[in-house]
Amino acid sequence: MAISNFDETEVGQSLWQDAKQRLRKNKLAIFGLTVLLVIGLACLLAPWITPYGYEEQNLGLGATAPSWQHWMGTDNLGRDLLTRVLYGGRVSITVGLIATGVALLVGVTWGAIAGYIGGRTDAIMMRIVDIIYALPFMIFIVLLMVIFGRSLLLLFLAIGLVEWLTMARIVRGQVQSLKQLEFVEAARSMGLSQWTIIRRHIIPNAIGPVIVYTTLTIPNVMLLEAFLSFLGLGIQAPQSSWGLLISAGVETMEEYPWLLIFPGVTLSLVLFSLNFLGDGLRDALDVRASKD
Amino acid sequence: MGKFIFYRVLQAIPVLWIVVTITFFLVRFAPGGPFDAEKSVPPVVKAALEAQYNLDQPLISQYFSYMGDLLQGDLGPTFKYPGRSVNELIATGFPVTAELGLYAILVALVIGGIAGIVAALKPNSTQDYVSMSIAMIGICMPTFLLGPLLVLVFGIWLEWLPVSGWGDLPGDKILPSITLGAMYAAYVARLSRGGMMEVMSQDYIRTARAKGLPNYMVVLKHGLRGGILPVVSYLGPAFAGILSGSFVIETVFQIHGLGRFYVQAAFNRDYTLILGCTVFLAGLIILFNLLSDVVAAYLNPRLRSEVGSK
Repeated sequence: MAISNFDETEVGQSLWQDAKQRLRKNKLAIFGLTVLLVIGLACLLAPWITPYGYEEQNLGLGATAPSWQHWMGTDNLGRDLLTRVLYGGRVSITVGLIATGVALLVGVTWGAIAGYIGGRTDAIMMRIVDIIYALPFMIFIVLLMVIFGRSLLLLFLAIGLVEWLTMARIVRGQVQSLKQLEFVEAARSMGLSQWTIIRRHIIPNAIGPVIVYTTLTIPNVMLLEAFLSFLGLGIQAPQSSWGLLISAGVETMEEYPWLLIFPGVTLSLVLFSLNFLGDGLRDALDVRASKD
Repeated sequence: MGKFIFYRVLQAIPVLWIVVTITFFLVRFAPGGPFDAEKSVPPVVKAALEAQYNLDQPLISQYFSYMGDLLQGDLGPTFKYPGRSVNELIATGFPVTAELGLYAILVALVIGGIAGIVAALKPNSTQDYVSMSIAMIGICMPTFLLGPLLVLVFGIWLEWLPVSGWGDLPGDKILPSITLGAMYAAYVARLSRGGMMEVMSQDYIRTARAKGLPNYMVVLKHGLRGGILPVVSYLGPAFAGILSGSFVIETVFQIHGLGRFYVQAAFNRDYTLILGCTVFLAGLIILFNLLSDVVAAYLNPRLRSEVGSK
């Protein structure tokens, strides 16, 4: 019996299929993913969702509490808050994605080079990371934004430059340990070229932690953007972002609390969902955890 | 241990030097100067003012004279507050910020630590889920949102606590401290939960139980020492975050601490005040990172040899 079963080839599952299955079982992560998709789509399709313009004022109307016409109410210029939250979301999400992209690009390149080359190069590169790590960065960002004006480009760069450090450390650690594993050694002994080894063996195995950390970086970046906008150092009117809407809402919260609550809830919900998704992905992709 | 501290101090010096140098040149190369706002200033007066503050010297000699003064602990005069030195302004603002930060750390450690330990003692139970969900809310709710919301509920609607100020009315320190500490409480809760769970599955905990120690003794005497390690290493970064986070808190609650001076100085291009605050804050942050590393090394001897051998 046992012998007849022996030559049936067991259908193996790839890491990614495994991960997908585990992720699907994680209710919180799926909840997060759904919320993100819904909010993201709503921001993308904003012009088709609300009949109001983003700068469309209705001074006669003034500030009104949420109603059937204006689901989130209006501000003191009679502007529809839902419309402003959706358009503000476009900016917040864009900043989050692009700044994370900058961090990803710099961090992965830096970490991979340091980890793969090793030796003296690695030591110097990682010491640089250590030193930058010790700088009080929030202070520097505030300084940068004040001194060099409030351009979006600078915002991306400033935020991206803070967040790449952890990414570099993670990737470097991954690459360094992967490099010494038997299957990479086997590939090397078979005479595969450096590039093939990096492409076929190193990258696919290092990509899990990178994805997880990317998911967890986006909320940090969005929080940082909102923080800067709140201080008046980030996005400038007439553009809008969730941070800016919250900051405006704080000023009138006594009379019109909904102007603070709705943008605040939206931002928190997105950050919440991204964190749940990130945690879920970590559990799903982390090979160590899956053995337990 | 002495060697470890020596190495860590040695590492901190170049970091501090880099911070000072970068900030010095960053501020100088920025468009706009400290006397631009006063448009009516005639060129002669402006030149005299600049001479008074050595701004007419070549940049590099300004740099060296600044570094020379800095080594003697003199952060120079301010541009915008005539007759007052940066040292004096920091001396007025810092006690407030420090007190706020201290209360925030206490909030973080007490609330976060208890929540984390309670959660770790019964993993995957209701008490675990409830504390960790609240912690997640704490992490995802930015301080500049939580602060105003707390003010709205407890200050304006319920009228239990004052809405702003620091030390003027009874109870006005409660809301700022809780707001600033909340996020760190959440991180502390997650870290102490993780740390405790790992420690409680160790063999020596089983040994302690086997020799008949009551549960609370096992937790407090054996569990806590290893379990709070992640929290201790987190204290350095947390302190840095709390210092810069107090910018927002001081704005929201109208507290006259260091954070407000700093943000105003940046807007005013008050070179020496920006530099002074940056050097001061950076020095503090580096010092606290150092301290938390030393404490972590004291609690976990394995860390000492790792750094020493580098």
